[in-house]
Amino acid sequence: MTTEPTPVPSAPASAEPEMLTGSGAIIRTLELLGVTDVFGIPGGAVIPLYDELMTQDKIRHILVRHEQGAGHAAEGYASATGRVGVAIATSGPGATNLVTAIADAYMDSVPLLAITGQVFSTSMGTDAFQEADIIGITMPITKHSFLARRAEEIPAAIASAYHIASTGRPGPVLVDITKDAQQNLAPFIWPPKLDLPGYRPIVKAHGKQVQAAAQLLLAAKKPVLYVGGGVIRAHASAELLALAEATGAPVVTTLMARGAFPDSHQQHLGMPGMHGTVPAVLALQESDLIISLGARFDDRVTGKISEFAPNAKIVHVDVDPAEISKIRLADVPIVGDAKDVIADLTLAWAEAAQGDAPDTSEWWTYLHGLKQEFPLGFTEPTDGLLAPQYVIQRIGELTGPEAVYAAGVGQHQMWAAQYIKYERPNSWLNSGGAGTMGYSVPAAMGAKVAEPDRVVWSIDGDGCFQMTNQELATCTINKIPIKVAIINNSSLGMVRQWQSLFYDGRHSFTDLNTGHGTAMVPDFVKMADAYGALGIRVTSKDQVDEAIKLALATNDRPVVIDFIVSPGAMVWPMVPQGVSNSFVQYAKDHAPTWGEE
Amino acid sequence: MTSHVLSLLVEDKPGLLTRVAGLFARRGFNIESLAVGHSEIPGLSRITIVVDVEDVPLEQVTKQLNKLINVIKIVELDVAQSVQREHLLIKVKVDNTTRSQVLEAVNLFRASVVDVATDAVVIEVTGDSGKTQALLRVLEPFGIRELAQSGLLAIGRGSKSITERVFKN
Repeated sequence: MTTEPTPVPSAPASAEPEMLTGSGAIIRTLELLGVTDVFGIPGGAVIPLYDELMTQDKIRHILVRHEQGAGHAAEGYASATGRVGVAIATSGPGATNLVTAIADAYMDSVPLLAITGQVFSTSMGTDAFQEADIIGITMPITKHSFLARRAEEIPAAIASAYHIASTGRPGPVLVDITKDAQQNLAPFIWPPKLDLPGYRPIVKAHGKQVQAAAQLLLAAKKPVLYVGGGVIRAHASAELLALAEATGAPVVTTLMARGAFPDSHQQHLGMPGMHGTVPAVLALQESDLIISLGARFDDRVTGKISEFAPNAKIVHVDVDPAEISKIRLADVPIVGDAKDVIADLTLAWAEAAQGDAPDTSEWWTYLHGLKQEFPLGFTEPTDGLLAPQYVIQRIGELTGPEAVYAAGVGQHQMWAAQYIKYERPNSWLNSGGAGTMGYSVPAAMGAKVAEPDRVVWSIDGDGCFQMTNQELATCTINKIPIKVAIINNSSLGMVRQWQSLFYDGRHSFTDLNTGHGTAMVPDFVKMADAYGALGIRVTSKDQVDEAIKLALATNDRPVVIDFIVSPGAMVWPMVPQGVSNSFVQYAKDHAPTWGEE
Repeated sequence: MTSHVLSLLVEDKPGLLTRVAGLFARRGFNIESLAVGHSEIPGLSRITIVVDVEDVPLEQVTKQLNKLINVIKIVELDVAQSVQREHLLIKVKVDNTTRSQVLEAVNLFRASVVDVATDAVVIEVTGDSGKTQALLRVLEPFGIRELAQSGLLAIGRGSKSITERVFKN
């Protein structure tokens, strides 16, 4: 992400500025910013805007069925491309329905522009019909927000919001526009002056700090490149590959960074964290130097923070200074854009190394040993039902790395992060920080709108699917042929897993009765049919490939495959919450024995 | 637990105070005192915050504040390098026997009486918190009926200004 103001094409020159309504100004501003697709639902406070949306053809508006769907679709659109996603909602409940998606975008640094209608400026503060203080409500979960009460304020508000959302550390920005501001006429002046004296994201890192990092990297015996989602947001995958190959350091990619570094690369140890691979977890834990690139030492990665990587020095690279030393004190803090910093670091390292790279062969011997001893794997369920891991693995293998995979939240999300092999950035979309169930279907829809030529899979759970599946209607009507794989274990699987492991198997309110041996309410195949999608049910291993192939061959409508899988399957490896990463368990009651200490 | 005095130069925009206060609340930073007013530049306000930093390092506080788009500059004002003042209005109960003692205390502290009634006086005092607290302790036995207190105001000593180099153009 850069600090340069977003390039804005000039409007046709004319002596007198054109008079536009505020609604016209919203549309013209979006158009001039390069927005081509928006997701939304009309309502009382945005009728003027929708009236003008109808009469133009520059911006494709996709009518969703729930505002949360608009928000996640805009997120999926943004995460699949790096462009700003736009969601529109009316005042009051329309705006509050966006809140979950805005919170999600905030946690995962997704460039999201949320435009909400507001009641007439003269009615604000009177508890008018469908009035909600959406700016107040979203203040803790937006990067910034603007209120436009007058038509004249609209171009600058939207252009500023777009600029803030897409630069520095990306994030959601909300623009609340009163109904009278949408209706009134004002001269449209372009480009507007962006008056943001307090917003100066740092991009170019301090040269001395980069050199200090290079020196540490040269001295390290056990270095690890700890790669986070920032590398994807910064479009820095090529730079990362160059750094990794120059230095020979092992790479781990967090849940948010899957695809930032090719899974097929021999230096890749996989995902670290609570459900990370044993090599990735232990590489961080035993490292003597962690180079953190666009990552934020999330508790799901570090485990018990006081015992995390006790012998490691930390080089922390982030575009957001507040992330550095927030959780773990950095020995070398580097504030800057990952793309620039990684490139600079590679140069500084090469200069300092003088062709004489440090010997990390002992470290690699150890890591290779872990890789061999603890590969990712699963056992067949004992109940004779399908293994969910197998289903997800086959989806990845039969579809390939050019597709986009959007997961919901829970067990299926972890398996999708583990068993699909990602080779390119922006191919893996999920709700990492917020853990928003229901993200998958609308996010996949948004991704498919942004990337119509790619196959887009929604890997969803039976619980998640029931939270946002209404967007299948949007997909069918608007010809957005996503493919949904419901990993149907008939339960809120991740909670169930914790209940099995840590609550004596007391499965309190986690049975959803959608799967094997239950009433199967709802019947997902019938539901798919009702939505005009192709519904397929898979209950045994021999049907898996055939169903996936049929889904891949069906592009005239959405596809929903109801994979009836075993509710007993668990996500492994696992670091139980609140303990050191050293206690990673490869499978139930199976902790790896490892080297020193 | 240590107190730090932060001076913030901010854009005078609607909701600004909510953004600052909300940030403190959700990040678990404690505000000891807060004072807001105009700065010498039109459109810019100045907020003086006294923060209590226990486990959260001050650095996190300033970094998070800096992320607010409307915050332009943050300076920590060291006690030795700045002038720090509080402003108090104190209503004290008096009668014919205690009035002179109260007035004596007012004179000793270079405070002033701004309202007189038969059974009470309102005292105005300005000073650092050491002085104001000392005065309050002296007045306590007479009976403090009411107390209104401003947040701490602070400004750096010498000729330098917080608004220097804020606007290069």
